[in-house]
Amino acid sequence: MNSTTSFVQLANATSLPWAEVPAWPVAEFVRVTAAALERGGRLCAWFGVPEPMATVGPSKAEGPAISLVAIVASDAENILAVGRSAPFSGKYPALTPLNHQAHLFEREVWEQHGVEPEGHPWLKPVRRTAGTAPAVGEFFRVDGGEIHEVAVGPVHAGVIEPGHFRFQCAGEEVIHLEIALGYQHRGVETAMAGGPHRATLSQMETVAGDSTIAHTTAYATVLETLAGGEAPLRAQWLRAIALELERLASHTGDLGALAGDVAFLPTSAACGKIRGDFLNLSALLCGNRFGRSLVRPGGCGHDLEPARAQQLLSRLETHLADIEQAATWLWDAASVRARFENVGTVFASQATEIGLVGPAARASGLVRDVRYDHPAGWHRFAQAPVAVWSGGDVLARARVRWLEIQRSGQFIREQLASPPDGAVREDLLPAAPETLAVALVEGWRGEVCHVALTDAAGRFRRYKIVDPSFHNWTGLALALRGQAISDFPICNKSFNLSYCGFDL
Amino acid sequence: MFVLDTIIHRLKRGCETMAYPNGPAPALPDRHGGSLRVEAAKCVDGCMACVAVCPTEAIARPIFAKGADGATRRSAVLDLGRCIFCAECVAACPTQAIVQTRDHRMAVSRREDLLLGAKEQEELRLAGALGDELRRLLGRSLRLRQVSAGGCGACEADINVLGTIGWDLSRFGIQYVASPRHADGLLITGPVTKAMELALRKTWEAVPEPKIVIAVGACAISGGPFVGHAEHNGGAAAVVPVDLFIPGCPPHPLTILDGLLRLLGRLEGKPAGNAPAGKR
Repeated sequence: MNSTTSFVQLANATSLPWAEVPAWPVAEFVRVTAAALERGGRLCAWFGVPEPMATVGPSKAEGPAISLVAIVASDAENILAVGRSAPFSGKYPALTPLNHQAHLFEREVWEQHGVEPEGHPWLKPVRRTAGTAPAVGEFFRVDGGEIHEVAVGPVHAGVIEPGHFRFQCAGEEVIHLEIALGYQHRGVETAMAGGPHRATLSQMETVAGDSTIAHTTAYATVLETLAGGEAPLRAQWLRAIALELERLASHTGDLGALAGDVAFLPTSAACGKIRGDFLNLSALLCGNRFGRSLVRPGGCGHDLEPARAQQLLSRLETHLADIEQAATWLWDAASVRARFENVGTVFASQATEIGLVGPAARASGLVRDVRYDHPAGWHRFAQAPVAVWSGGDVLARARVRWLEIQRSGQFIREQLASPPDGAVREDLLPAAPETLAVALVEGWRGEVCHVALTDAAGRFRRYKIVDPSFHNWTGLALALRGQAISDFPICNKSFNLSYCGFDL
Repeated sequence: MFVLDTIIHRLKRGCETMAYPNGPAPALPDRHGGSLRVEAAKCVDGCMACVAVCPTEAIARPIFAKGADGATRRSAVLDLGRCIFCAECVAACPTQAIVQTRDHRMAVSRREDLLLGAKEQEELRLAGALGDELRRLLGRSLRLRQVSAGGCGACEADINVLGTIGWDLSRFGIQYVASPRHADGLLITGPVTKAMELALRKTWEAVPEPKIVIAVGACAISGGPFVGHAEHNGGAAAVVPVDLFIPGCPPHPLTILDGLLRLLGRLEGKPAGNAPAGKR
């Protein structure tokens, strides 16, 4: 047993032997993790690793044993830290009362492994997979003669993924919103055990279908790190360009959806088309509008030859000019500003407390962006400025998207001007055995985190995926407090979180 | 600014809706590849190159037929309902038994019409129009309730895109509606997770008769990349009867639109878009 007092440090897109990850008895581990978070750390991942029964001994009767693993990011120091608990089963003192970033993580571990965090304030499943539907069960309820409850979903009014929202309202005002997800659960993590399998890469492409580049880049980076190398520079360059194209398409779609929700149709109509134009740029790279078949472990499946790059640049310029015009209409309209301002506010202190990531965090004034804080791959050589807006309301989240559209456009221009030479794909060496690898990628929703732990044969013993939506759904619930329930659509669109990325 | 500016900007942009299906279809991206053609007769005995690289196990080589010499042959059968169009098999095949056709048209009425390989079944058998009575009822006004049941969001996005000004689905009288009570049918994406099974069933029951069901994407047809997982039903047909299958991961918007118009008989007498010449 290791007796050090702090986690071992590692950088993004690196690995270390499992034996070098310091371990503490579980109660001590919870305290050490809380202390690391207290020093300004951010909880990127918290998950269980099933342990062979033999290592547990007498506590066998309490159920299967696991080790808990925590990945904590120190954004200011540009470093990650990892620690774990000794194998245990049964109960342990919860981390959530000490730090709210752990809230959903501990519920997830409880659901997946059956270890109970004692003192957790709201212990219920996060994506119940067996038996009844996720929304069947207990919800937090507000009592009183004026109180009524509104239930929405899983089937929603628009063309959108399923989820269930339970509002506690006094008249129009939302006092509390609880979100029940799990409808999209396809068993992604379970299927990773013993992998990579033949279907694994396709499954990584569809963890969240609008974030294919982000998730496949994280996955490929994990495999390349485990193999002790990295993808050819030209592949890293191409991945960075594709990641920004993904961001451009989604942010454009979001601005259009927000405009549509406040009945500002010119921008809504224009953005619907321009989003498709950006998706078609992804298709120019690889044939698929969602970036399928582009990122491959060891590199990229397609190259961006000079003539194609030239076409990409000229089409990009047209679409950027289009979105600039559509955005100008939006910002110029007083009726839009009046609907966006002071609606769905998440304060910086709240955002920090729950560990928001991505544009939602940056719209609450937090300077956090994996491309800048934990640069890996091509982002070691080229960065876009971090787009931050204070205010925390719908307007701020829309503004951050617009800033990022401009900066992504500029980033792609710059990268296309100086392509690195070389191959786009190399053969991948076998993965190192009993090794832990971490990869963070700033997808358009925020931090995509993949963690792999290999067994003695170099196969996946545990693979953990944290989609940015896992951090951010709580932010949407907080944004609704004190709002009129009729503002739910624009609050929801201003976050635009992934259901399947959460449900896995 | 103002309202007038907005109107002037809008007028300047003109009509941005594509001419298809009365004019040419928008070109598929050059790396798209379109549908597949499988000519199992070209298979080399004992070759399993395509089977080994397919991520969704869409290709099998069952004992197919006895040849003239009395020996049994194993011929490739490719299930386009499982296919995610990664084209790994196309690259792996030593005899070009599997090739891309660049044809965007892929919608079929029967699940078995997606099985490619056998003689006369090298390509999929495209769907025809609905029967006369349904076509009379729905041909000029089709309201669809979309249900996402485990989809990754990509099929949903490209269903949504048909509603934008570039595609303008409403010019065909087709619209996505919020309530199943207002719908003539369902547009289903995703493998139908166990958690969504009840909701899908209830939504289907709420649609008044007569009703149609369209399964969009590899997940909704077979489970797609998640084929074989216990957490879902392996596609919509396990829960509700399906009238149209549109393969892809996700299908290109043009493929989805072709399926909808094909079902309503709205493509008859129209040019076949970017289908290869000679096959129109």
